[in-house]
Amino acid sequence: MIKNNNSEILGKDLFLPATDEEKATFEVMRPSIGYWRDAWNRLKANNVAIGALVVIILIFLAAIIGPMLSPYAYSQINEGRENLTPNFQHIFGTDSLGRDLFTRTMIGTRISLAVGLVAAAMISIIGIVYGAVSGFFGGWVDNIMMRIVDVIYSIPTILIVILLQVVIKHPLDVLVEPGHALHFMSGLGAGLISIFIVLALLYWVDMARIVRGQVLSIKEQEYVMAAKVLGASNKNIIFKHLIPNCIGQIIVIATLKIPEAIFAESFLSFIGLGVSSPMASLGSLSQTALKGIYSFPYMLIFPAASISLIILSFNIFGDGLRDALDPRMKK
Amino acid sequence: MTRYITKRLLVSLLTLWIMFTLTFFLMHFVPGSPFIGDKKMTPQILANLEAKYGLDKPLIVQYGLYFKNVLQGDMGQSITLIGQDVKDIIARKFPYSLKLGLFASAMAIVLGTFLGVTSALRRNTGIDRFIMLIVTIGIAVPSFVVATVSMIIFGVQLNWLPTISSLDTVSSFILPGFALSFFPLSFITRLMRSSMLDVINQDYIRTARAKGLSEGVVIFKHGLRNGILPIVTYAGPMLAGILTGSFVIESIFSIPGLGSSFVTSITARDYPTVMGVTMFFGAFLIFMNFLVDIMYTFVDPRINIIN
Amino acid sequence: MSADEVIIIMNKKLLEINDLRVSFFTPAGEVKAVNGITYSLEPGKVLGIVGESGSGKSVSSYSVIGLIDKPGKIVGGSVIFDGKDVSTMTKQERLQFAGNEVAMIFQDPMTSLNPVFTIGTQIAESLRHKYGKLSKQEIKKRSVELLTLVGINEPAKRLVQYPHEFSGGMRQRAMIAMSLAGSPKLLIADEPTTALDVTIQAQILELLKNIQKKTGMAIVLVTHDLGIVADMADDVIVMYGGKIVEQGSVYSIFKNPSHPYTKGLLRSLPDLNAKGSKLIPILGNTVDLLNLPVGCSFSPRCEQCLKVCINHMPAEYRDADGHITSCWLLDERAKDSVEVQHND
Repeated sequence: MIKNNNSEILGKDLFLPATDEEKATFEVMRPSIGYWRDAWNRLKANNVAIGALVVIILIFLAAIIGPMLSPYAYSQINEGRENLTPNFQHIFGTDSLGRDLFTRTMIGTRISLAVGLVAAAMISIIGIVYGAVSGFFGGWVDNIMMRIVDVIYSIPTILIVILLQVVIKHPLDVLVEPGHALHFMSGLGAGLISIFIVLALLYWVDMARIVRGQVLSIKEQEYVMAAKVLGASNKNIIFKHLIPNCIGQIIVIATLKIPEAIFAESFLSFIGLGVSSPMASLGSLSQTALKGIYSFPYMLIFPAASISLIILSFNIFGDGLRDALDPRMKK
Repeated sequence: MTRYITKRLLVSLLTLWIMFTLTFFLMHFVPGSPFIGDKKMTPQILANLEAKYGLDKPLIVQYGLYFKNVLQGDMGQSITLIGQDVKDIIARKFPYSLKLGLFASAMAIVLGTFLGVTSALRRNTGIDRFIMLIVTIGIAVPSFVVATVSMIIFGVQLNWLPTISSLDTVSSFILPGFALSFFPLSFITRLMRSSMLDVINQDYIRTARAKGLSEGVVIFKHGLRNGILPIVTYAGPMLAGILTGSFVIESIFSIPGLGSSFVTSITARDYPTVMGVTMFFGAFLIFMNFLVDIMYTFVDPRINIIN
Repeated sequence: MSADEVIIIMNKKLLEINDLRVSFFTPAGEVKAVNGITYSLEPGKVLGIVGESGSGKSVSSYSVIGLIDKPGKIVGGSVIFDGKDVSTMTKQERLQFAGNEVAMIFQDPMTSLNPVFTIGTQIAESLRHKYGKLSKQEIKKRSVELLTLVGINEPAKRLVQYPHEFSGGMRQRAMIAMSLAGSPKLLIADEPTTALDVTIQAQILELLKNIQKKTGMAIVLVTHDLGIVADMADDVIVMYGGKIVEQGSVYSIFKNPSHPYTKGLLRSLPDLNAKGSKLIPILGNTVDLLNLPVGCSFSPRCEQCLKVCINHMPAEYRDADGHITSCWLLDERAKDSVEVQHND
């Protein structure tokens, strides 16, 4: 008994078995796409993240080229041109000593970016090695190493950063003097070096935790077992198998650590630690501007806007990168 | 649960001890006498101090002495405010910081939760996009920028609110409170949004709907109760953030709190005050974190299993 | 009682689903999860809905209780429960309906109970939903009864515990107790044993059978496991690609499977009597609901695929027992082809 009767118009020849060619029309071609290509496609589709990336590139260019284009040096004191509002000679105006604020802001941006990148690199190295070792060896090694992380985690970081800053700045001042070990870094100034050191010492715990978690989950998988059975050394397994497999997450965390480090530097400079005059950072420029905030509010606008823009674009790009590299982490 | 609390307590005490030890040894790295830094001081006071802390004795003895002093609340005397005990400075100034911090925390939690839930329930609408835009900015703009910009606009240009605050009137709370809570508020909003979005897709929400519970009960009883858990976890970092934020906010608004005097003592290299206040803040935060951990056992009954 | 009334009672269906269509509107396009299905269920009967993931079996049962949420939408057809049209109910009516008339239990008891409330709280919620305000003693008394009914020992002690303090099987028992709180006429069980150990599975099925006998409620049992269906169901629906490909009594489906997909499912079951025989899997991937084939959804995986299957939806063929199959192979015109293939 046929219920659906409008089928009667169909010819009998249709009721022959389908040929292989006819069946082939079902095959949907889906080219297999590699991980990086796939991630890049996802990132490209994210307009906001690409916009942030463009802004980051522009900021980098400005920080590198900007001071070169300027006719003034960042520390050059122009007598008689103090506290000028933005004009054609000084597009961002001048400060109370007559220094060109455009040059100083660009130099400050350079410092901020340098702090962000160097800190992120150091955090990554320490965090990856620590986390990989802890996760890989497991057992009591892991236990002890993670308790240490727990403690560092519960110590109020910024307080220790301040404390370390206050204390190690002086010995560093001595070390960068001519004839001492760190003289080659004297261009950076003791304040900046100490910022690098303290950020690297204390900000790696997130990275270590995440790498450890990844390693723990990866190391149970077959290919690592196989490598072990085949007699690969521990070092070999860590660097050839484990780390390449968590690289996506590592990149994301490192990217998101950049704005965090920039934030910390500007905060420290703002409360008077960090870089010392005549060197400028965006935080110290903001702090100087605050002193004359009622009379010369423009002095704050440029450094403050620069910090905000840098952190904003790194945050947005980092989020986009996370969505692209690891869709499972997507919030 | 007892095991969990014991473990947290041990970690807290260990952290406290490490902080203390670190502080002690860092003081010994300070050039010159650890208690006077590079300030000029009468030989009389110097001699008194050195005798009090036994600077001529071996390091381990000094460590013990310092430990004993700190336990008794004696953290030495300020250098810039001559004759004042660090502990008295803390006792006098901390209440201001506490008041402001509580205000900012409350604002961040209440508003942040509200905005986050709103955003999640109205996801991909105009309201959601607007809230997310504001909080994305809130996470990127440092608090000292928020503080100065809002001070110039509302305090100087419009002249609506006081720019110098001693926290004695409601209106004097608004600007510093807003500046201090903008970051945590934004962070909580984002956290709450993603947490609620996650929770809404959980099986137990489907169960609640299948039981015929109204949407309000489903979202606000079954959803919010679970969605709030990450916020509780964030409470510790939030307090630390608000505390450090208060250093700059208090300086900008000339609030006579502990934060601004901490910054002043850093600039003036007033080591005993810096060390004392660091110890105090550290202990305070560690204690608050411990309280948050205990609170967590009440909000999430699974905590025993996790550990 | 007049003859007419007798006929009305005999024909009375608890649940009637007519040409139901449910789609999910995702950024990638419209996912046609349920694509025009029709079936009915009499009071006190057990209906098994069988299919693999993505077949629309769960979604179709969710629409009975109104659980289809954005971006999903019922785009056509009707769901009539006990004479009432579920799809036209007001919000208030639907809330009164869910839990009280129809209740539901889910696949994963680990995640289906709210982790931050005690079992007692969650059962009490359902009791209050049905009976309004009840005294604390009354709630406790009824909750204890329910837990006893589902075979949980020390019910009073268990009420104040949280889900994580229950084992998987116990949690599913608690879920069942919760669903019974509103004394529903129909229980929809969505893969109720899939997440459980085999021994626990048997216990839960036994429990469901007993409760069904005691309460006389109907059950819609959604599963991918034909063994469970054979054990429990009166009637069976086999779904594929959002459509019903075959339906009939459990006896006729197992005795005389007509659709190649059903046959494939049966072949992929282990047979304890046929020692040494191999399990034969159904080759190919599940259907892509974003791009449904123009003709029969199963045709890409069908070994007996005809030319007509590629571009034409199959008609429904009904035999004398009411066993309905949607497959062109049952057409008169296909007789030769079927025989040719059998001779191969």
